[in-house]
Amino acid sequence: MADPTLPIATALLLPLLSFLLLGVIAPLRRLGRGAGYVSLLLSCGALAGALLGWQRTFPEPEPIRLLTSWLPAHAGPLASVGLLIDHASTMMLVLVALVSCLVQAYSLGYLHDEPRASLGRYYAYQSLFAFSMMGLVLAPNLLQLFICWELVGLCSYLLIGFWYQRPAAARAAVKAFWTTKAGDVGLLIGIVLLWRHAGTLELLDLRLLAESGRLAPAGLSVITFCLYLGAAGKSAQFPFHIWLPDAMEGPTPVSALIHAATMVTAGVYLLFRTEWLFALTPDVLLIVAFVGAFTALMAAVLACVQTDIKKVLAYSTVSQLGYMMAAIGSGAAHAGFFHLLTHGVFKALLFLGAGAVIHAVGSNEITHMGGLARRMPQTVIIFVIGTLSLAGMPFFGGFLSKEEILAAVWAGGHPVLCLVLLVAAFLTAFYMFRVVFLTFFGVPSEGRGSAVSHHAAATDGPPHSAPHAHDPPLIMAAPLWLLAIVSMAIGLYFTWQHPAPEFAAAARDTVATVPVPGWLSPLAVVVASSGILLAWLTYQRRTIDATRLAAAFGPIRHAALARFWIDDVVMLAYRGGLLAGARAIGWVDRYLVDGVVNALSAAVVMGADRGRRVQTGRVQDYLYGVALGLLALITWIGWAR
Amino acid sequence: MGLSSYLTLAAIVFCIGLFGVVTRRNTVGILLSVELMLNAVNINLVAFSRFHGQTLGMIFTLFAICITVAEVALGLALVILLFRTRRTVLADEIDLLKG
Repeated sequence: MADPTLPIATALLLPLLSFLLLGVIAPLRRLGRGAGYVSLLLSCGALAGALLGWQRTFPEPEPIRLLTSWLPAHAGPLASVGLLIDHASTMMLVLVALVSCLVQAYSLGYLHDEPRASLGRYYAYQSLFAFSMMGLVLAPNLLQLFICWELVGLCSYLLIGFWYQRPAAARAAVKAFWTTKAGDVGLLIGIVLLWRHAGTLELLDLRLLAESGRLAPAGLSVITFCLYLGAAGKSAQFPFHIWLPDAMEGPTPVSALIHAATMVTAGVYLLFRTEWLFALTPDVLLIVAFVGAFTALMAAVLACVQTDIKKVLAYSTVSQLGYMMAAIGSGAAHAGFFHLLTHGVFKALLFLGAGAVIHAVGSNEITHMGGLARRMPQTVIIFVIGTLSLAGMPFFGGFLSKEEILAAVWAGGHPVLCLVLLVAAFLTAFYMFRVVFLTFFGVPSEGRGSAVSHHAAATDGPPHSAPHAHDPPLIMAAPLWLLAIVSMAIGLYFTWQHPAPEFAAAARDTVATVPVPGWLSPLAVVVASSGILLAWLTYQRRTIDATRLAAAFGPIRHAALARFWIDDVVMLAYRGGLLAGARAIGWVDRYLVDGVVNALSAAVVMGADRGRRVQTGRVQDYLYGVALGLLALITWIGWAR
Repeated sequence: MGLSSYLTLAAIVFCIGLFGVVTRRNTVGILLSVELMLNAVNINLVAFSRFHGQTLGMIFTLFAICITVAEVALGLALVILLFRTRRTVLADEIDLLKG
């Protein structure tokens, strides 16, 4: 078995090289497409390195750790950076490299009309993101993980606000930044507390400590909860989920890469990497599971009422992240990680497919689409493959991972949560096929021309009129097909080699395992199929009137349209709590701290004003002074004698 | 008459001069008072010279009187110049250096 270190290190450093090239050499960046080709080439190299490294980790070896001390000290380095290569990290690395590479290729077509300079900027950000995400994935300790964690947050901010001339995009970028940052504060506190608690941040050392039981359980719950806060912020768990739908203001390829496949799953990945730590604190795991399941259901309900195709996908991402968290909370981190990988592939596929539609139609609204199947035959096949994966139909990518999560949650002893997730699965199938039927089938909506021209300004793509809608060019279609094939291959491979008992083995001893009933898997398929059936009856056959269906869920629909008022509550908390607090502190600074200084200076000014009046300018007053002074001097000398 | 009588006279004249300098409003009056103070000094010089038997004090007094004359001439010239520019010779109205 060859050493995987070199290809992995190459995969990590090539995007950094690309970022430095584009960042430092301004003429190259201003080339636009040229910059894109450079970045794409290097990212293909990174993908090759990642694949080679991944292939070399078979069969699963001992984790390879490569460390360089960053802050050397006498008693061992204070901080170190490096690589931690094991099966999971290389698998994730392949996902990141694959999606990043495909998205960079796709962007060449999607951002065709972008000015050169901003296209170069886009690729510089993309390269930086790829590097930071890979650094996060390969991080051997929590410190490097945190640094890369913040870097990907920065890239997310920059790319959401890529069209910063649009007020909505700028606002969404800021919202995403501070919402995730609120969680990151928790993560930082957790890391510092962990350092105090265990004295090391190296994942392997920590794992050794945790599994040998040498980690004092007192206070560990606080640490894991703080770590979970960071993960919840990044992975858009309730109540931090509010930033993700707004983040759709960024270009669609960015949404596919950052807000579906890789960055938002960083929270899940963090929990997966530290599962042995969380296993010591079952109460925190319980929170993770419940919040995860709740998020899955809530986001699925929200997705049902959205009319913006990207918003539907965004809420669906939130929902799927909830699934992963629920699995991890039930003690089966492997199931969550498995779903992370399959979800990364098919959600990127869905986003890129949606991007193709938006590019062709020039609108985000599914009500402005319809009957696109005939004009975009490739896109519809790809999109349906992604949708079936997401819905969890057999032989597709998401089927087994979703089954495993359901089984893991049941095995973890949470049948209620399993039920909640089943309901969410039903809704998932429903809202995704609602999108499919409204977008690709049915009749083209009337009065499209005016609607499109009206909406063209508010959407990503260049305004195309719908009658000329066509399949995307090769540079965009090739990544789509590749992702669709990978997604199908995953589904078929795992159906062929069913790793069913895997989750049972992965479930921790600390969590009471309950035998999983055999009817769970068929039930999930039935539930998903009935969701598809309902969508078909409502939006295709129209045997069920959509408005009457909506009316049946009147209050829930109304609440969902208002996003359950969570945004408003958070905004209120932000305005009322954070801003009011900031104002109060500002007042103290302005009037108390500054007041003391101002009073002192005013006293000096007043004293000087008084003292100034001694200088009358009259000769005789000075003479008084001289005479009296002389007299006093003489008297003093006389006395001294 | 002893030395102390002369010194007393000189002190009295000096005090009258000082009083004049600090109280007179008219600049010419102030100049006159300054003369009085100088004369008190002259009296002192002459008295010490007489009682110590040294003529140096007398010579010094003569020099002082000469210089005083020149100084008065200069002072009066300044007063005239002052009057021309400020249209006043009252000392308490001349306060350009007021802080």
